[in-house]
Amino acid sequence: MTKRLMTFRINGAERTLALEPQAILLDALREDANLTGTKRGCDMGTCGCCAVIVDGVARLACLTLASTVQGREITTIEGVGAGEMDPLQRAFHEEGGSQCGFCTPGFIMTSKALLDHTPDPSEHEIREAISGNMCRCTGYVKIIEAIQRAADERRGAKNPLIHVEGVAP
Amino acid sequence: MKLDPTPRAKDVVAYPDAGTENWEPYRMPLAPGHHPHYPPNGLKLLGKSVPLVDGAAKVTGQAVYTDDIKLPNMVVAKLVRSAKAHARIASIDVSAAEAMPGVVGVLTGLEMRPEQRFGVLPLTKDEHPLALDKVRHIGDPVAIVCAEDEWTAIEAAKAIRVTYEDLPEYLDPAKGLKPVAEKIHAEIGVDGTNVQKYVDQVFGHPEEFLEGGQSALVLRRQFRFKGVTHAFTEPHCVIAHHHPNGRLTVWSATQVPYYVHRALAEVTGLPMHKIQVVRPKVGGGFGGKSDPFGFEMATALLAMKVKRPVKLLFDREESFINNRGRHPTETEMALAFDEAGSITALDIQAVIDGGAFASFGIISTYYNGVLSMGPYKVPNFTYKGRRVYTNHMPSGAMRGHGAVNSRCAVEVLLDEAAEQMGMDPIDLRLRNLMPPYSFTLNDFRITSNGLKECLERVRERSGWDHKLRQLPVGRGIGLGCGFYISGSNLPIHWDIEPRRYPQSTVHIKIDMDAGVTVHTGAAEIGQGSDTVAAMVVAEVLGIDINRVRVYSGNSDTAPIDLGSYSSRVTFMMGNAARKAAEDIRQQLIQAAARKTGQQIEHFVLENERVVSLSNPEFQMSFDEAVKEAIAGSGALVAKGTFISTPMGGKFKGATAGLAPAYSMNAYVAEVDVDIDTGVWRCRKVWAAHDCGKVLNRLSVEGQIEGSIHMGLGQVMTESLEYRLAQLRTSNLLDYKIPTPLEMPEVECILVESNDAEGPFGAKEAGEGPLLPILPAVVNALYDAVGVRLYDLPVTPDRLWAAMQRNGGAKKPAGFRPQPMVRLRGGGEE
Repeated sequence: MTKRLMTFRINGAERTLALEPQAILLDALREDANLTGTKRGCDMGTCGCCAVIVDGVARLACLTLASTVQGREITTIEGVGAGEMDPLQRAFHEEGGSQCGFCTPGFIMTSKALLDHTPDPSEHEIREAISGNMCRCTGYVKIIEAIQRAADERRGAKNPLIHVEGVAP
Repeated sequence: MKLDPTPRAKDVVAYPDAGTENWEPYRMPLAPGHHPHYPPNGLKLLGKSVPLVDGAAKVTGQAVYTDDIKLPNMVVAKLVRSAKAHARIASIDVSAAEAMPGVVGVLTGLEMRPEQRFGVLPLTKDEHPLALDKVRHIGDPVAIVCAEDEWTAIEAAKAIRVTYEDLPEYLDPAKGLKPVAEKIHAEIGVDGTNVQKYVDQVFGHPEEFLEGGQSALVLRRQFRFKGVTHAFTEPHCVIAHHHPNGRLTVWSATQVPYYVHRALAEVTGLPMHKIQVVRPKVGGGFGGKSDPFGFEMATALLAMKVKRPVKLLFDREESFINNRGRHPTETEMALAFDEAGSITALDIQAVIDGGAFASFGIISTYYNGVLSMGPYKVPNFTYKGRRVYTNHMPSGAMRGHGAVNSRCAVEVLLDEAAEQMGMDPIDLRLRNLMPPYSFTLNDFRITSNGLKECLERVRERSGWDHKLRQLPVGRGIGLGCGFYISGSNLPIHWDIEPRRYPQSTVHIKIDMDAGVTVHTGAAEIGQGSDTVAAMVVAEVLGIDINRVRVYSGNSDTAPIDLGSYSSRVTFMMGNAARKAAEDIRQQLIQAAARKTGQQIEHFVLENERVVSLSNPEFQMSFDEAVKEAIAGSGALVAKGTFISTPMGGKFKGATAGLAPAYSMNAYVAEVDVDIDTGVWRCRKVWAAHDCGKVLNRLSVEGQIEGSIHMGLGQVMTESLEYRLAQLRTSNLLDYKIPTPLEMPEVECILVESNDAEGPFGAKEAGEGPLLPILPAVVNALYDAVGVRLYDLPVTPDRLWAAMQRNGGAKKPAGFRPQPMVRLRGGGEE
């Protein structure tokens, strides 16, 4: 099918890509924009590895038609931290929230969207927010701890407390 | 279950004289806090929590996985997969596909030669790159096609016409025990059956205790375990490129680059030195990326044919079809006890559904039996294992390989026996504990054993003594223990004589930049093997870990390591890295002594300096010491190797389950059951694991928490379900993995038994931590609602139905714990 030009704001910069009308955002990011940090785990919205942020909301790139997000602000893992590790990335790294790392970009994008809207989430809110992301390495324990630590740091808490209390009722 | 004896007499192992004299300790344990591997000035780094050395790349999206690699002029491949479960291939018509614009090349099974045969174990090579003459499961690859773009490749794959002649399908492993009309693999299996592996073992005189009056209690139960799969987040991916200079490079998301390397050499006919295997970052393996796979071979052959780089990426369903997950298994187990509660005999019979290929099946079959005795003293033992080929997806090695299902059965039987004998389940296990530094009935050499401490600590931390049978109806607590190998003692080097070659070799190089380069073939798959290598080297050399860079992903530079399976990396590569670093340390100390005129015995390396302990005036920086050592002789190099000690019995199969050390663990799980619906959740797990010595606390905890998650999936929701031969749970919606909402709180209790041979005292923590969670949950559910399910997973509907049959949820009747020791007073709940 004939390609056409589509323009997005990706990680703060305007990008124009030549895409087929039915192009999926995940393919556009990975294959056309060369942003391979967004991972392909299932292509059907079941693993969360491809989560990106579109206009402040976490979305699965594999279930998003690229044409529907033209002109919108898209943030991928490459756009987080601007060359350094931001508090979420540092917390995932230092707390052991990332092992094989394949799910990590998706988790960081999902939890960034959470913290941008809910700076002080309860543990249950964290678990709910990331319940569409699959991690097979960590058992989520250290991921939840990392998000809690990052939330505390982002709010400027002096002594970030890390405590996992178990499943909320 | 009444299994016939193996038809081959040479398969029978009978050791009637095996007995308890083997329980004599053979070596005294090390004093706590001391180890011959410690540097003279003590440990500075090991034991702390160290983030992964490749972690920064992962959290910033810069880590490169196989699918992130694009080569110039690369084409995209797709597999044509069988729609039949068992059929002879009559014809393959590729003409329509080849005629499509954009199609670059096609390869079919009809172009394979019979001798292009491979398989992970040298004894059972039953795979070809593409199905040679017949297909053996739905999804069995029959052809591969590559094109300029993915959509053209998909269309071309659809255009390839395969005609089949149907053969009888074998889906029930029990039917494969008898002679069949058409064996799934003609060349493997005796007497016309589909049995791939028989194991028949008898140690001591189990029959006297299982049937006669010599035991006070004999419990015999049937267990059924569904197949489960690894479900790593990164689907399989491979890229192959045959360079104009004649060399073949294969990038693959594999746990064992060395086995891929060997299989490629066999299949392509190229000598090993003409092949380079590159392992980029791997998005999880758990055993599912440890076989060399047909799709890797087919992609390489296609790349050689079309003379262009070829990439093949699986979709999620293909990763499910490729499987090699935990075997669906029917297990009958009997445990016998004397009046005092000591185990007198263990009897296991297992029919194991192997699926279409052998994979690690010989080992899986043994492990279902031989790893079930430890961590207990079992004076009489018998095992009949049958791994049967079926037309299901091939099973293989998955975290806790072979041991998980039987372990669950043993621990559930122990819980039941404790109740019947009026004993506390923890006390029953303490009574039967295998002592440290002893031998098992089948000649496993047991070294360090911290299980007693594990049991004592979970008892205290969980509040066990005032919870068991004392929580309200619907809430319960249960115990499970585990026992697992720290690497296989027998190195599998394929067809060459294994004992002569090391299990792991590590090279270190230091040049004028004074950075420390470590080369190893141990596969970093997310478990932190690069990090543990860097930590060990930094510890021995007294340097900052950031001075160390680990190169582990390229067969051209990496000395051979058997890869990431059987929980072997920390133990074996860790020891090899330690020895290489000790060699470098000696070179640096010699240089410092030469320069300062002091004696070499007085120098230590710490804080990035080489310091004389007797006279601290004499010291120099690490950089200065390196330059001094290099002067006149060039870059420092060193090599460390690990070959495990010869050990084990002389009988057939004696090497199966032999390991240089064993991890031990005890978990207590607390569960809540909604008694109206059967919906249950695990509230908390107290997980005590004896890993010998914690090297990286962050990684050990991460392995325990991840293992609990994976094991919880098997007992809660995960199951490979078929409709006839068609896998119907082939995606992550239907195959239900616990989400963050199901994951319980975990309290990791790390026990350090200080193993004499493990690096700095360490043993494994990668697979053993999965074993206890299944039985701990099953036993906790019994404590909560009074019904015990012997079939996994325990789905709400099945739990609810069992409660109804039992007259509703209730606390188990007729038993109150009588613990020998009360750790705390009064029931608080």
